[in-house]
Amino acid sequence: MDTKLEPIVKALQERFAPTVEEFRGEAHVFVKAEQIVEALTLLRDKYEFELLSALTASDYYPETTPRFHVVYQLSSLAKNLTLQLRVAVNGDQPKVPTATRVYDTANWREREVLDMFGIEFEGHPDPRKILTPDEMDGHPLRKDFPLGYEEPQFTFNYDDIDLKKIYAKE
Amino acid sequence: MPQLEEVSYDQYKHLVSERALTGETMLLNMGPQHPSTHGVLRLLLELDGETIVNAIPDIGYLHTGIEKNMEAKTYLKAEVMTDRLDYMNTTGNNLAYCMAVEKLVDLDVPERAQVIRVIITELQRIASHLVFMGAFGLDLAAMSMFLYCFREREYIMDILELCSGQRMMTTYFRPGGVWRDVPVEFDAAVREFIRIFPRRVDEYEALLTKNPILLDRLVSIGILDPKTALSHGVTGPTLRASGVNWDLRKARPYIGYEQYNFNVPVRTEGDTFARYIVHIEEFRESLKIVEQGLEKLKKMPNQPVQSDNRKFVVPPRAEIGVSMEALIHHFKLWTEGFPAPKNSIYSAVESPRGELGVYLEGDGGPKPHRVHMRTPSFDNLSAINKMTQGHLVADLVAILASIDIVLGDIDR
Repeated sequence: MDTKLEPIVKALQERFAPTVEEFRGEAHVFVKAEQIVEALTLLRDKYEFELLSALTASDYYPETTPRFHVVYQLSSLAKNLTLQLRVAVNGDQPKVPTATRVYDTANWREREVLDMFGIEFEGHPDPRKILTPDEMDGHPLRKDFPLGYEEPQFTFNYDDIDLKKIYAKE
Repeated sequence: MPQLEEVSYDQYKHLVSERALTGETMLLNMGPQHPSTHGVLRLLLELDGETIVNAIPDIGYLHTGIEKNMEAKTYLKAEVMTDRLDYMNTTGNNLAYCMAVEKLVDLDVPERAQVIRVIITELQRIASHLVFMGAFGLDLAAMSMFLYCFREREYIMDILELCSGQRMMTTYFRPGGVWRDVPVEFDAAVREFIRIFPRRVDEYEALLTKNPILLDRLVSIGILDPKTALSHGVTGPTLRASGVNWDLRKARPYIGYEQYNFNVPVRTEGDTFARYIVHIEEFRESLKIVEQGLEKLKKMPNQPVQSDNRKFVVPPRAEIGVSMEALIHHFKLWTEGFPAPKNSIYSAVESPRGELGVYLEGDGGPKPHRVHMRTPSFDNLSAINKMTQGHLVADLVAILASIDIVLGDIDR
């Protein structure tokens, strides 16, 4: 970890008591969903992380608690640092408070995560889909969403097939 | 005969002003098939006469599910998808992805490959800016610019074809190096381009920079202040035209950019003209880097262009015939792929449009668990509403051209 980053991570640890992981020199800070807006505001105002580089998510299906991680990749131009915040979200009715009031770019990025993963952002000013067509159901980047082609089923036991491919049952 | 559905603006109610609901302002649809939207972009405009009150972009017409597709391929095979993101900067996308894979599995790249990467990336940056300049001129009714720019772009396309066999979708960079060494004609071809190009840039400037018709349409149009730009995640030339000196090549040097001598053009006006000037200046700076890269390349002949770590990099064809291990590695790498650690990294490069970041997550197996491309056009476009408010529809076309969006990059 960058020596300039250590005091910032320490301050976050004192304030929010998160778990911190390190990999290839990058710090991944796990905060709770209800703390995320406060953490982002603190990082932007006090530690000059002006740029929210990326906001995305990752699905760990079949795990359900937590099922998703929402990833906030922050950059500081003044200090030339990067920091990753992660929020673990449960599988049933995934919800995270919106970061639109902290970073404007979160508006579209959160719409993308809503579209692709079905994670709701509470208090989002414009909660519409962004990339997929309006008439499409489902969230494509979830791990239980099929890629598009038909998987070969080596059985005629249709109950078995329906169990495996819930999405194919009409 | 199909029934026509009545169009309702209910879903846009919260985005337009009060006046639109009473019918005082007009809602006008621009695109998705509009020549000046640079692809398949739809803009819903709220107009007061000819003045824009709100511009609401509607994207997703080119969504191809690249991120999802990459999850189903091995790390080596997923790379071909990255070419299709930002089709004006294909090798730059390859570079971003390769660097992410190299960081995830901790793979070193030989010096010569890094120099080749720098040269090709900078040539591609020039090619991308040429398309910007051509389309920019075309949108402002300077049609000859388009023809001139595409004439010069052809040199670069030929150089890419020389190296990789492909003009656009090159997949020339591979994790661990580049696909193969540059051919002998490479040096002469690039030198020819370096010889011709500076004069051509002067020609563009003679045509556009002091053209009073153009200045009338560009100066103090679409001003973006640095605070709004950063909050919207705007990066690249658009951010640098707003007075923020931020270039990842300087700030976090990668593939050896710290060894090159070049400047980062910055303008403080933040208007459409400043963005145009930054692009013009970047032509010259990129050319400087290419020139220095060629000198470096000359000093290191016959050096490897791929890592010799056979657990990640496919052995060269000649080795397969004589070495059993090479054959096994070749087979294993192309069928099964190599495993990557169960963790995630974020790595970013400076693309011609801004910060092109790759969030790559491995799951211990040979396929990525999650690939997210942080594409610069997406965030740059999100600021369009704030840039266009209060301007005329004709200015919208100029502003849209000046932020240099690529719809393949936005919709992924």
